[in-house]
Amino acid sequence: MTKRFKLVDLDCANCAAKMEEAIKKIDGVEDAAVSFIAQKMTVQADEARFDHIMDQVEKACRRVEPDCKIIRYS
Amino acid sequence: MTQKQKTMLLRIIAGAALLLAAVLVPYAGPWRFLLFLPAYFTAGWDVLWRAARNIAHGQVFDENFLMALATVGAFCTGFFGQGEYPEAVFVMLFYQVGELFQGVAVGRSRQSISSLMELCPDYANAERPEGLVRTDPEDVAVGEVIVIKPGEKVPLDGLVIEGNSTLDVAALTGEPMPLSVAEGERVHSGCVNLTGLLRVRVETAFAQSTVSKILDLVENASSKKARAENFITRFAKYYTPGVVLSALALAVLPPLFVGGWAVWLSRALTFLVVSCPCALVISVPLSFFGGIGGASRQGVLIKGGNYMEALAQADTVVFDKTGTLTQGVFRVAKTCPVGISKEQLLELAAMAEHYSDHPISRSLKEAWGGQVAPDRLSGAQELPGCGVRVKIDGKAVWAGNHKLMAQLGVADQIGQTGDQPGTVVHVAVEKTYVGYILIADQLKPDALEAVSHLNSQGIRTVMLTGDAKAPGEAAARALGIGEVYTQLLPADKVEKVEELMRGAKAKLVFVGDGINDAPVLSRADVGIAMGGLGSDAAIEAADIVLMDDKPSKIATAIRISRKTLGIVRQNIVFALGVKALVLVLSALGLAGMWLAVFADVGVMILAVLNATRTYFTSASAGPLIAESGKAPPSPV
Repeated sequence: MTKRFKLVDLDCANCAAKMEEAIKKIDGVEDAAVSFIAQKMTVQADEARFDHIMDQVEKACRRVEPDCKIIRYS
Repeated sequence: MTQKQKTMLLRIIAGAALLLAAVLVPYAGPWRFLLFLPAYFTAGWDVLWRAARNIAHGQVFDENFLMALATVGAFCTGFFGQGEYPEAVFVMLFYQVGELFQGVAVGRSRQSISSLMELCPDYANAERPEGLVRTDPEDVAVGEVIVIKPGEKVPLDGLVIEGNSTLDVAALTGEPMPLSVAEGERVHSGCVNLTGLLRVRVETAFAQSTVSKILDLVENASSKKARAENFITRFAKYYTPGVVLSALALAVLPPLFVGGWAVWLSRALTFLVVSCPCALVISVPLSFFGGIGGASRQGVLIKGGNYMEALAQADTVVFDKTGTLTQGVFRVAKTCPVGISKEQLLELAAMAEHYSDHPISRSLKEAWGGQVAPDRLSGAQELPGCGVRVKIDGKAVWAGNHKLMAQLGVADQIGQTGDQPGTVVHVAVEKTYVGYILIADQLKPDALEAVSHLNSQGIRTVMLTGDAKAPGEAAARALGIGEVYTQLLPADKVEKVEELMRGAKAKLVFVGDGINDAPVLSRADVGIAMGGLGSDAAIEAADIVLMDDKPSKIATAIRISRKTLGIVRQNIVFALGVKALVLVLSALGLAGMWLAVFADVGVMILAVLNATRTYFTSASAGPLIAESGKAPPSPV
């Protein structure tokens, strides 16, 4: 399943690249893309564990760029 | 400017004022650095804070860390010898100005590119039992009726059940001419209703509507990365640690042999400031994003930076004929009467074909435009493989091919019809040959322009068609296409494209109408589908979608791609060049901290500004369009 998320306060392009790198390494994530310009993130991951994976994605992003928030729709 | 940016601006101004005040204080003792601390912290407390926090998170080599290290280092040099306090504060200030400027510039360009997103309708007026309800387009179900007032955006795809209007489709296709719609016609979401009130029965849910698909496609475009982008990301991964290690070496190794720790330390710090790869990391994707945004403004949807890159390297464009270069609609191209007037010939042919619904018959009736009085017509008989026979006003009239004329024994009266591109309908009245009508597919008005633009850019043009040899070759000749292959089945087209691709280093572009070309579209390096409006197959199969039916947009797409790639290259060379130069200069002690900050922030700003140029590529390529645009459509 692929989902897109809006990112707020993603201020640095290099961080976006690092976030992408970090997300791709998370177990269960098949593919990920972080677009600095669109301020969007696309995560393709196992549907059954998606929410759990997203928690880890959030953690990974916080580590790289603590100011950046992921808007998760319910 | 956002609130955050405004606050930053105030902090920069306050920091600058405090710096000026500190410089003016005439105290030069060992505690002088204290004077500069207020200015320093005003300007850069967040950088220091982020640097500390990121190190705690295990993110070492980011720009905050580098800036903090460089400026704190500059303060510390005061303990070894001459203190560079004003420099330290100034560097921090300059860095913040650069960051602010970059934020504003990126925000601006993002905004202008995202103007495309304004396509997105905010609401729909749905007819519900309780009356007209203004609601979210997502909440409207298929089959519901919506009302679109003049000035509103069409929120969902559907069928007009009441009303007439004109629609502004510029945002979708780049086409400046408004489109008129009437009852029974289809409207696409994302258009703007200009004149009349429309009642529309919704045919697709919002998520599947034209506008959602287009937005999705453009937003997703940035996830398909071009080689240049991947190169930069990989490069950045090695660049920063590399420079930091070099800086460390610069600080430690030379002074071991020649001494002068303070000098080498400050050189190393300068070195560090240059090391942030942000200019590259930001400007390359921004260029592609701008290029894709600019193209979509012209009605060309490019599905990713990688296709843009391939398109820029294309040296061969292969066209499908019917529906791509031609309109795929049959029209009367020529009437050649013998012994009667043109109008009479057309009338005879149209009346003879009155009962037939073949495309050829339809085009005859359309060209004639008259109404058939049923009492004039009798005894219509279809002659399979030959034509028709009817009685008009009591006289026997035959209309059909050469074979029919031969059966009638009037074939010898047929003059030289030559190698006509298209279908010839001969007409005979009571065993007298009265002439023929040529029916042919029409070239699109801008097909010639499309091909000549490509030819003038040195691109090889090839045409593939399932059509017969004569009309195919005639069309190619009329357009100036050098190579043409006729009588191809869809599978043959794939084979032909593979053959053309074999051994070629540059990329091959295939242009089709997206309906029956899906295999070829996906086989070619770049598949371009025409007429994306309403055709899901085209949007799915192709890498690039032309929203309107104009083949001339191909040249536009290639031009935008080449310009974008050019800008990407400029940015890479410029940013790397300046950084390399400043690195060398600072290692030699010829570049101060100021120049280093310019090499980091200044280059980034210039690169960002350069990148935003990609968005503004004009549609026309010069006078060629104006000249050939006027040419009337010629028969194929």
